[in-house]
Amino acid sequence: MKQHEFEAEHRGLWQRVDAALEKPTQENNAEVLAEHYLRLCQHLAIAKERMYDAALVEQLNNRVLGLYREVYRYRAETRLNFYAFFWRDFPLAIYRHRFFILVAFIVLVLPGLVAGTWAYVDDEAIYSVLDSSDVRHMERIYDPEARKLGREREADTDIYMFGFYIKNNISVAFRCFAGGLLLGIGTLFVLFFNGVFMGSIAGHLTRLDYVDTFYPFVVGHGSFELTAIVFSGAAGLRLGFAILNPGQMSRLDALRQAGRDVVPMLYGIVLMLIIAAFIEAFWSSSAALHIAVKYSVGALLWLLVLLYSFSGRRHESR
Amino acid sequence: MVGPVARCFAFLIDLVIRGIILAALSLASVLLGFAGIGGGFFLIVLFVIEWLYPVLFEVFARGQTPGKKLLGITVVNDDLSPVTLGSSLVRNLLRTVDFLPLFYLAGLVTMLCNRRFQRLGDMAAGTLVVSTPASPASIEIAEVVPLAPPVALQRNEQTSIIHFLQRSSQLSEPRQQELAAILDGITHEAGEDGVDRLHRIGAWYLGMR
Repeated sequence: MKQHEFEAEHRGLWQRVDAALEKPTQENNAEVLAEHYLRLCQHLAIAKERMYDAALVEQLNNRVLGLYREVYRYRAETRLNFYAFFWRDFPLAIYRHRFFILVAFIVLVLPGLVAGTWAYVDDEAIYSVLDSSDVRHMERIYDPEARKLGREREADTDIYMFGFYIKNNISVAFRCFAGGLLLGIGTLFVLFFNGVFMGSIAGHLTRLDYVDTFYPFVVGHGSFELTAIVFSGAAGLRLGFAILNPGQMSRLDALRQAGRDVVPMLYGIVLMLIIAAFIEAFWSSSAALHIAVKYSVGALLWLLVLLYSFSGRRHESR
Repeated sequence: MVGPVARCFAFLIDLVIRGIILAALSLASVLLGFAGIGGGFFLIVLFVIEWLYPVLFEVFARGQTPGKKLLGITVVNDDLSPVTLGSSLVRNLLRTVDFLPLFYLAGLVTMLCNRRFQRLGDMAAGTLVVSTPASPASIEIAEVVPLAPPVALQRNEQTSIIHFLQRSSQLSEPRQQELAAILDGITHEAGEDGVDRLHRIGAWYLGMR
């Protein structure tokens, strides 16, 4: 068949394909796309085999690429399923990362306990972590004489603090995760540093006997926040470990596999930190609530988070 | 696959766009009052622009941030399917590491160390940055009366004659005559007439009637 006859015979289909690719929002149903895709692949092969001119081959090639993208975009969009994520994917990802979660937990909590004890025993210890103006500032915030609890109140409104916690905490978690690519060292550093930082503040405030202001404040959002930080550490360590110990795969493949596996963890971390910021801004800071209420709600939240975190195993043994 | 230069330009364009958005937002926040709701809103948008700007565009604008669109490049999964939310998130969060120690040095070095120009984030996410060329226009051919060739020619010979016709607008008249002269055993003509005859044979092979 001559090129011109070939073009004349299929021009109608090509124009329909071009129109479908031009406006991808219109109802491109998957079967039609797949049908077009197969036909265009065949046309491209024929055009190449018969050495039709380069412009025609290139045009057909671009149509094939465009259709391929459309077909798989269809798949990518139908994949997001919140229900499946919440009840299966996230708990399962947590379960599969349990080894890394344990390591991240230890690297966060152990230095925290040591630093906390040190700050509790030694009045000077806190100054090796924070400078003196920060210490004074923190003492003022948690002073039982103060009415409104919480961190720096540059503004009175809770919404401002909500934005502040979102930006701060999620950035920390993201950096903690990304540091994992440096063979896990960056992650370990972020976890260790945060552990020491939080531990010494807790130790110092306990020493000053600000117990009734500090702990009711942190207990509520701590459940989501600390757990999420540990999870982000675990996700980071997973990346680093994939490079260090790729097993049967090449290092590149192992890293890619890890990159795919941590995705549910990342979604989960973001969700948990948004919840934490919400609690911290609108609940923890409230001075009107009784301490007992705060402790009970805090305990309940911790219970929920822990139960959920340990619920992934049953999805594995299918 | 796209090298570091185009990607760097795309990044700089996006940086300018982010800057403009932030400037506009700060202005709005100042008007709204930075202290309260305006400030909280500002911080959340700041966070989104800092971390999720590329993710949002890559997922919802078919793999292209505005900068990438201007440079004609697209992020895709390494099987060339459209980038998914998960892989886009991974590659953009790991940007932090590619940036180290300064100005994307780590990313640049890794890009130059592999054949697919992947930075660290691309490797972990399994993504590529590819160029998206526009389709070339169909070749316009002058109207000539087709002429059946006097002898049977092989496929590659036919293709040569077709290409001679299609590229005639790019060749000077003397050069065309020079080339046509090679085939005067077939055309039995010289000079302009030889060129003309070859064009007509080419048109016949293309399927003009």
